Amino acid sequence: MKDFYFIAIVVIIFIVIFQIAKASEYVSILKGEAKTKKQNNKINGFLLISFLVLGLIGAWYCNELYYGKTLFTQGSASVEGEKIDLMLYITIGVTGTVFVITQVLLFWFSFKYQEKEGKKAFYFPHNNKLELLWTTVPAIFLTILIVFGLKFWFKVTSDAPKDAVLVEITGHQFAWDMRYPGKDGKLGKKNYKLYNQPSGNTLAVDFEDPESWDDLHTTEMHLPVGKPVKLVINAMDVIHDVGLSHFRLKMDAVPGIPTTMWFTPKYTTVDMKKRTGNPNFVYEISCDQMCGKGHFSMRGVIVVETEEEYNKWIASQKPEYFTLFPEKNPIKEPTTDSSSTKPLAQVATATN
Amino acid sequence: MSTVTVESTTHHQEHGDAHQEHHHHETFITKYVFSQDHKTIAKQFLVTGIIWAIIGGLFSVIFRLQLGNPESTYPWLEDLLGHWAKGGKLQPEFYYALVTMHGTILVFFVLTAGLSGTFANFLIPLQIGARDMASPMLNMLSYWFFFLASVIMMSSLFVQTGPASGGWTIYPPLSALGEASMGSKIGMDLWLISMAMFIVSSLLGGLNYITTILNMRTKGMSMTRMPLTVWALFFTAVLGVLSFPVLLSGAILLLFDRNLGTSFYLSDIVVAGKILPNEGGSAILFQHLFWFLGHPEVYIILLPAMGMSSEILSVNSRKPIFGYMAMVASLFAITILAFLVWAHHMFVTGLNPFLGSVFVLLTLLIAVPSAIKVFNWLTTLWRGNIRFTPAMLFAIGFVSLFISGGLTGIFLGNSALDIHLHDTYFVIAHFHIVMGVASFFGMFAGVYHWYPKMFGRYLNNTLAYIHFWVTIIGAYLIFWPMHYEGLAGMPRRYYDFSNWESFKMFGGLNEFISVVALVVFAVQILFVINFFYSIWKGRKVKDQNPWEANTLEWTTPIRPGHGNWPGDIPEVHRWPYDYSKDGKDFIPQDVPVGADESKH
Repeated sequence: MKDFYFIAIVVIIFIVIFQIAKASEYVSILKGEAKTKKQNNKINGFLLISFLVLGLIGAWYCNELYYGKTLFTQGSASVEGEKIDLMLYITIGVTGTVFVITQVLLFWFSFKYQEKEGKKAFYFPHNNKLELLWTTVPAIFLTILIVFGLKFWFKVTSDAPKDAVLVEITGHQFAWDMRYPGKDGKLGKKNYKLYNQPSGNTLAVDFEDPESWDDLHTTEMHLPVGKPVKLVINAMDVIHDVGLSHFRLKMDAVPGIPTTMWFTPKYTTVDMKKRTGNPNFVYEISCDQMCGKGHFSMRGVIVVETEEEYNKWIASQKPEYFTLFPEKNPIKEPTTDSSSTKPLAQVATATN
Repeated sequence: MSTVTVESTTHHQEHGDAHQEHHHHETFITKYVFSQDHKTIAKQFLVTGIIWAIIGGLFSVIFRLQLGNPESTYPWLEDLLGHWAKGGKLQPEFYYALVTMHGTILVFFVLTAGLSGTFANFLIPLQIGARDMASPMLNMLSYWFFFLASVIMMSSLFVQTGPASGGWTIYPPLSALGEASMGSKIGMDLWLISMAMFIVSSLLGGLNYITTILNMRTKGMSMTRMPLTVWALFFTAVLGVLSFPVLLSGAILLLFDRNLGTSFYLSDIVVAGKILPNEGGSAILFQHLFWFLGHPEVYIILLPAMGMSSEILSVNSRKPIFGYMAMVASLFAITILAFLVWAHHMFVTGLNPFLGSVFVLLTLLIAVPSAIKVFNWLTTLWRGNIRFTPAMLFAIGFVSLFISGGLTGIFLGNSALDIHLHDTYFVIAHFHIVMGVASFFGMFAGVYHWYPKMFGRYLNNTLAYIHFWVTIIGAYLIFWPMHYEGLAGMPRRYYDFSNWESFKMFGGLNEFISVVALVVFAVQILFVINFFYSIWKGRKVKDQNPWEANTLEWTTPIRPGHGNWPGDIPEVHRWPYDYSKDGKDFIPQDVPVGADESKH
């Protein structure tokens, strides 16, 4: 019933507007079309200049309301992202100036040069000096933006430092999985045909490869603060995208074509809670490439912590190989700390 | 060149005159349905485009309901959509189908076919002084292929698994694998077949436009005397003819991957627990093929709007368009650059950074011809004598939106910033303003300006003013705040943000945007009512040249028949922008140059 009333009201409003519009047409004929045209011109000229003024105030008000929510007040959470923030400010500076100047001219000219009786427009078909002016000036400003942009772009997309923490992230409908290389610092090989849901080998790791035996498989990403991190990005099924808005980075996850990205986290999650004043703050990985019906829920979590906490967390994880093949695990109770190399060697001989 | 033009014109004149004599023998079918008159075909494109625009707009309103109030349920939605809105709540799969169809419909069916289909057909022969298109038959086929594409696309809305739902960019593997998404089942095949038909239509149209412009200009109508609308439509046609075939090949390969077991785009995939045999393909290849059309496509949408706005700004400022040659040159520069920037949509696909840098350079170069155009439009207004007809207001609105949306392109075209902004609401705000709303404004300006020529009647002025003011205010209210959401990294194509700590603070804003979208949509309905009502009941046009314009279409009778001019085609003696010259308010193109007239 509520819907019915709503529809009825909308229809009535439509009819009223329509009737008024029709009536105004008759009125304009009675009044004389020339006079109506003049009146319309005045009203619209005034509205255009008001739109400019209110629009600029509105833009300022919108900024007051939402700038604080854009993450930029928090600063970038990665060292590399600072460049992207700087680039943003440079671009806002340049484009903002152009925006205000051109919009003011557009609406001001419209208002000022509205039709007046007895006035003649100024015949001014071309002027090469002016054309040259507004070809070169934008070209100069664009060159500045390009130079800064490419400098930052090459920096951000450069090769990761050798000592970067290596993490593999794999997207599938609709979740993220991480793989850490373990003590050998190398990730085991993968072959998508080895995918096996019942056995638990959901990342299609080739466990024939000894380098895979100490690899960790987790669903949460933990990273040490202040150390460069290199992400190797994979997808199982369709294209996903690792979106790290706090770090100002993103990279597609493409099935069959691994991609990489690296960055240096600046603040731990705990720091960020304090900085943002939000006790629930969490670094989130959003999927930024349409991947199916669960796209909006493909959420991952990154915990940035101190190196000490990070090492502790890594140590507490059990290699996937031993989870999937418990019989291969030489340590029944993970108590001794000298067992780091020995069991691996034993396992190696066992499979040979 | 000029002799050829004259010959072909006279030949066509005879042919056209013959047409005139027997055109009253036409039946209803040949006059209104399978018509070969370019003006009727234009109206067919326009009306079909309007119907599509209502559907596409309605889809956006429905998915905005979900975005604005993710918690609410609407029982009437279930009545309307059945299991797609179980419990009165839009299901994610259908949400994505709506988003996909909204994009597809608006980009291709409304702003490509509806915009350039309408105005290229209507204006090219009238403004260059031709009786009809080079091939009226192919022209008719162009519309009917578009109609066929429309029917197929429409039918995909009614299949059990729903229409395509992978986004209008239909990236594989999502669009290639039925297991990955409901929308990638039969709905996707229908999408691809429909688009193939659409591309045929667009090619038939485009070749016709180019041929007509190059060969059928009336005597004296040299290329540099053509109105800017015709120049813009010419470059639009060139863009379409050279880039649409690439999308066609991409679509056909995708059909093969889907149905014939090929691996053009597929490699190393495990989907829904199934290990696929495909190896060696590249999912990124499709993106190159898609965007090789996809980027020129945004100029296919934008250029006609630019051309029409240029014309309308000049007529209603009572001033020549400033820098005619620079305007043509910048259109040409945009056309060339449009082919060289496609990979800026792919900065985060793992593209080689050096290749990326080349695309940054070429992309930002487009800002130069765009800046030239903006400053020329501003100078056209400067010291004019401006009449705010509804068409003029929309043309001014077009310039405003083009500035706003164009400037945000400088953010996105710079790869360093794109890393953060890619696929966020910033992109949505950018392309909706610059290519969506701005092109719509160009289209509205065109409709208001040439409606008297199309139907011999005027649209209601009061409704037109309401339409303009609500639309421009609404458009800015909807899309301006979205930039902020994008700066926060809020991703596109999310059904619900409430579980995200990083994005849920924009819930209130999303609701506000949805309310404004509803109002703006309602006002568009008002325009549609005005449009159809005025065809039959609008105020009759009594002046042959109601806007006091110089171009040739206003030398035809108020209701021109097939063949356009009852007598000889007028001869052209000057460029179309002699406004306020030598103390005369306007001098139409067919007026001979006086002995004492000053040169421009």
